[in-house]
Amino acid sequence: MSMFHRQAGHYVAVFAVDEVRVLRKVASEVVGLLTDGFDHTDPVVGRLFPAVYPQDAPGTAEFRRYTEGDLKTAKIDQAGAILAALPDDAGGEVRLDAEAAEAWLRALNDARLAMGVRLEIKDGTDLGEELDDAVAEDPGSSRVFQLSVYAYLGYLQESLLNALID
Amino acid sequence: MGGMAAPQVAPVETPDTDEVPASDRQWVTIVWDDPVNLMTYVTWVFQKLFGYSRERAEQLMLDVHHKGRAVVSTGARERMEHDASQLHAYGLWATVDRS
Repeated sequence: MSMFHRQAGHYVAVFAVDEVRVLRKVASEVVGLLTDGFDHTDPVVGRLFPAVYPQDAPGTAEFRRYTEGDLKTAKIDQAGAILAALPDDAGGEVRLDAEAAEAWLRALNDARLAMGVRLEIKDGTDLGEELDDAVAEDPGSSRVFQLSVYAYLGYLQESLLNALID
Repeated sequence: MGGMAAPQVAPVETPDTDEVPASDRQWVTIVWDDPVNLMTYVTWVFQKLFGYSRERAEQLMLDVHHKGRAVVSTGARERMEHDASQLHAYGLWATVDRS
């Protein structure tokens, strides 16, 4: 698996082709969720756009009226920063400046939040155990793949964060 | 939140907020614990957004993690809504309430 490191003011990682494909898929899914698929009743959208006043629906609606457009645009742009920096359907180097690195961090986090809702990740969920259970049930299942991707994104996010605050 | 090495705990003097008239200091921004955000990431966001010291940001992150929630800023309502919206951009689960 690839890790980011700092190199002359940039954040650099070399990705295998499979990693590039996974990242492209994940970032595209976030963009899809925020554009054509945008639906307030979807729990993923609920997590990415939390009710700012949980006990006050009109207050929350008013807040959303003023902020949601910008927030959506920011999230689409940061997912776009991942797509823009990836090599075309091949392995290769990704080199990010500080601004792009921050966009990646936020976008990786959005993708993990979305997957975390779908996978029903809870406090105290042991990813290793979840993965073992899923593999025991069906090694070729979508859940095995999704859990692996979720774990990979966390690892990648942490590596980029460490490079950034190093 | 995800795992992290034990933080260094150092006592720090932290002025609570800028000087704000008492009449305006009636709203708070609250960040809630969630099972996905990495502890290191949450600490970094608090430093980045609020300019808090590493120590203060870590303490707030630990409060979120252990107590389930923490007040991360205090002030006028519009200001708190701004903070919450910024936190949402970073993927943190933030709400606004009266203090």
